[in-house]
Amino acid sequence: MITFEGVTKRYPDGTVAVDDLSLQAPTGAITVFVGPSGCGKTTSLRMINRMIDATSGRILLDDQDVRAIDPPTLRRGIGYVIQQAGLFPHRKIVDNVATVPYLLGWDKKKARARAMELLELVGLDSKLAGRYPFQLSGGQQQRVGVARALAADPPVLLMDEPFSAVDPIVRASLQEELLHLQSELHKTIVFVTHDIDEAIKLGDAVAVLRVGGRLAQMADPATLLSEPADDFVREFLGKDRGIRRLSFVPATGIRLGSVPADLELDEDTRPLGWRSDGGLLPYGTFNPERDSLRAALDAALLSPNGTAIAVDGDGRAIGVATRDVLDEALARHGTRPEKRVPDPDREVPASDPRRAES
Amino acid sequence: MNDEPLVRWDWIARNWDNGGPSAIRTLLESHVVMALLPVVFGLLIALPLGVACARWRRLYQPTAGLMNVVYSLPSLVLFSIFLSFTGLTQSTVIIPLTLFTLAILIPAVVDGLGSVPEHVRQSAVAMGFRPLRRLLQVELPVAVPVVLGGLRVATVSSISLVSVGALIGQGGLGNLFIDGWQRQFPTPIVVGIVLIVLFAILSDGLLVLAQRLLTPWSRARRSAA
Repeated sequence: MITFEGVTKRYPDGTVAVDDLSLQAPTGAITVFVGPSGCGKTTSLRMINRMIDATSGRILLDDQDVRAIDPPTLRRGIGYVIQQAGLFPHRKIVDNVATVPYLLGWDKKKARARAMELLELVGLDSKLAGRYPFQLSGGQQQRVGVARALAADPPVLLMDEPFSAVDPIVRASLQEELLHLQSELHKTIVFVTHDIDEAIKLGDAVAVLRVGGRLAQMADPATLLSEPADDFVREFLGKDRGIRRLSFVPATGIRLGSVPADLELDEDTRPLGWRSDGGLLPYGTFNPERDSLRAALDAALLSPNGTAIAVDGDGRAIGVATRDVLDEALARHGTRPEKRVPDPDREVPASDPRRAES
Repeated sequence: MNDEPLVRWDWIARNWDNGGPSAIRTLLESHVVMALLPVVFGLLIALPLGVACARWRRLYQPTAGLMNVVYSLPSLVLFSIFLSFTGLTQSTVIIPLTLFTLAILIPAVVDGLGSVPEHVRQSAVAMGFRPLRRLLQVELPVAVPVVLGGLRVATVSSISLVSVGALIGQGGLGNLFIDGWQRQFPTPIVVGIVLIVLFAILSDGLLVLAQRLLTPWSRARRSAA
């Protein structure tokens, strides 16, 4: 657990970067600091490993004040991933990953063996170990950055906009992999981003900071979307909060009807399309075990008849959810007074039915 | 001089190693010493000074200013100044050339350290490097291509400037120019020019080779770009 107790950072020129910040980043969870530029999110992150020292207040790592620990020693126990990866250009990938083990005095063989393990863990080909950073793509470099941060198996990981310099497709896959890694490693992660969608996708808890370094709201993503504390948070969250919040509602509770006769199936009962006079019509599917209510709604919108097809893990049709059934589910989850029902004209659902909302 | 050939090979053969102080070989050796020692001394002094200037930026402007003033002095003036301290010795050439070298190498070290990307420096701090180890294992190695670039310029300019020392009798191969002009005899002049150019090309080639061996990551970066 990382605890901020009334932490303030004031620079000599009087600028206040962080103003009386108190919050807790729970052990084994991803806490995201998000906000516009100038909100002090990176400063807050850097105060944890003492890249910057707080002017007043305390930061506790478990129960220990970070100010009581010699900075280099503290930092070797905290993984750090920086925006442009920050790899050492003159060192081979394997030695970049082994940086902290070397600093901790591991022998070279053991450190390199550990580095090779980590390259595999983050999904990099072991052939890349002998290359130099410039020979890797941005996404690969960022993976190396994550591997390097994990090399000495620190309990805490700080990530400063780690995915913002890569293209959107690579970013999405890096995000998925981070979530996958975290499901195995259970690190205490503090993640800084200016991208609210990234915050909502990754965060177990999201701390929204406002300019001037004050905490506007800290909550889990679903609560944040449904109950923003004030206009600033509401505006920062952007449009379509109602729809986006449905990403956090599992589709398991939807009452499924039986597969209707006008759905064409292949021999394995996988859907092929809706029968009509003009041939097969498009359809959308969702997996009730894995997907969200948002994905189910999306699937319904993709079918001309408004019926979403439920499939199992192998893509076999196991039932359907009609608009009426989805409306019931929405009514259970989406109509507390604060929440506005989103304008249906505004949300254009993505057309890829394979897309899984997490 | 009309009948005089540009090069008299027999003169070269006789004077290559004639045992006297004006043997071509002896001059070449002293040229090498007087040209390269300033570069070695310059590098040894420029590294700590450059690191200090990069660390405390306020030092840099006065240091660079002073070095530029020194660099702007004609080498002959500097040689004359040191003549009264060190006499007609090699030191009278080596010390001023070391100063000239510093004028090139201190900015090279400062620029080299400045070429270390901020995110690389930050990540070294965040990994838990202490300052000295960070300097030795991250910042200086990353600065090597820029420093070596400065070293190439310093080496070639030092090799050419040694010849001016001939005016005080310590010019290495430059002494051949004086000899040739005084006797209206082109062979020594041609020999001096050719050997100096060959020496400069060889030295520069060795530095390029050193750069390739020392910084495979930097060469490859250029070819990839």
